[in-house]
Amino acid sequence: MARALINMPKTAPAGSVIEIKTLISHPMETGYRPGPDGRLRPRDIITEFVCHYDGAEIFRAELSPASAANPYLTFTTLATASGTLRFTWSGDNGFSQSQDVALTVT
Amino acid sequence: MRGPALSGVFLLLAGLAAAQEIPFPERRSGRDQMAPETRAMQADDEANPGMLWVLDGADLFARAPTPGAPACAACHEAGALRGVAARYPAWDEAEARPVDLEGRINLCRTRHQGAAPLPREGRDLLALTAYIANQSRGLPIAPPADSRLDPARATGRALFERPLGQLRFSCAGCHDAHWGRHLGAAPIPQGHPNGYPLYRLEWQGLGSLQRRLRNCLAGMRAEPFAPDSPEATALALYLMQRAAPLPVETPAVRP
Amino acid sequence: MSPDRRAVLAGGLALVLLRPAAAATLRPDREPTAEAIRRFTGGAPVNPGRVGLDMPPLVENGNTVPLSITVESPMSAADHVRRIGVFNEKNPQPHVVTLHLGPRAGRAAVATRIRLADSQRITAIAEMSDGSYWSASADAIVTLAACVEG
Repeated sequence: MARALINMPKTAPAGSVIEIKTLISHPMETGYRPGPDGRLRPRDIITEFVCHYDGAEIFRAELSPASAANPYLTFTTLATASGTLRFTWSGDNGFSQSQDVALTVT
Repeated sequence: MRGPALSGVFLLLAGLAAAQEIPFPERRSGRDQMAPETRAMQADDEANPGMLWVLDGADLFARAPTPGAPACAACHEAGALRGVAARYPAWDEAEARPVDLEGRINLCRTRHQGAAPLPREGRDLLALTAYIANQSRGLPIAPPADSRLDPARATGRALFERPLGQLRFSCAGCHDAHWGRHLGAAPIPQGHPNGYPLYRLEWQGLGSLQRRLRNCLAGMRAEPFAPDSPEATALALYLMQRAAPLPVETPAVRP
Repeated sequence: MSPDRRAVLAGGLALVLLRPAAAATLRPDREPTAEAIRRFTGGAPVNPGRVGLDMPPLVENGNTVPLSITVESPMSAADHVRRIGVFNEKNPQPHVVTLHLGPRAGRAAVATRIRLADSQRITAIAEMSDGSYWSASADAIVTLAACVEG
């Protein structure tokens, strides 16, 4: 499992906007870089990041090789009800990883 | 295409005044010369990509490296290693030589954990080192007053000041004599080791002081020292003395 | 300097030294930026405004360039940002990132980190829920790191 770092408040008042910051370990190999043997290293990137809030998609990113290594994404969401946010990264070579974070809405 | 241009700058630098060690009050972290965006990336643990390694290191610290062997955490209580990174490299009694923090971790593995040494620059050793060094963040670099380290420190200082490589430049020629000026577009830092392991944007990952020194020496067209070699440790010892009392910043971010 | 940046910089040098046709063969398959934008908008007109694009004008290392985007929008069910597309001029591919938002975002404020192979202009285009497109551009000068290997 790649290390992922998700930062968001554990609790939030109903109707407030919370900020979510995500980082994940990934080389984001562009496919345009030669390796030590002079041949291009094959592309190996995360192509998609999705955040679901109790099953409903609230944010999605389509990534290209122009995303920096160890992709960083921040976004916001309305705290509607206590529930679970699921963060999913997927990409080349079958990369797929999900992590859940609970949010308590007061 | 960059080589000839940079060589020109090097040649300009080479003819200038002899270097002198930077006095205490003028010592500055490379952080101070970075763009505000890069400083912000380092300052926020929620945005600093080096924290990915620190968290990996915390897991490795708590886990037995081989079945039945103690984890690092079995001997070292949480937070007990605060201050360690600020005083390494240090003298190792059994080896009768100075060892850097990475070397110390590997000695712990072979002596107490029945485990093989971790490869230098591998993710696991970088992660463990970053986790331990992060506990010293904010503490001033405080090299031990251990006279057994003096010969290696003197060797390190001589290496720092000696012209090396095909271009005949010394570390001091840039980092003592011309810090604050520019090499091409890049500001010349004083060259302190107070943030290692650090996340270098150029590397797109975390790397050790030894990796940075290899980059410097390649820039000087000099033969890099092997990590864990007496020369590499001697240079690290002198660099730490030269950097005191700057605070530890691990995991620092640098361009 | 990373090899991909070197390749692109070498391409820039080739543009000066060689005939343009010869330089073009270095990246024969690069989709023009305008074409990538047209695919994003479906050919709809793009208006300047409503989008804020924050990127350092002087970049210390093109491998990791912080980028944040805000869009003036109430982010209500009736009036919100649907997507934001980000495009470059000089990387091997024109697309940088596409971000899908909606009224549940509460605010249209996002940030990420991107790669710039060279000094160039970055354009962010927001698609609103009424089907209109708004944009902002920013220029960055990418400097080279000193004392790097390979």
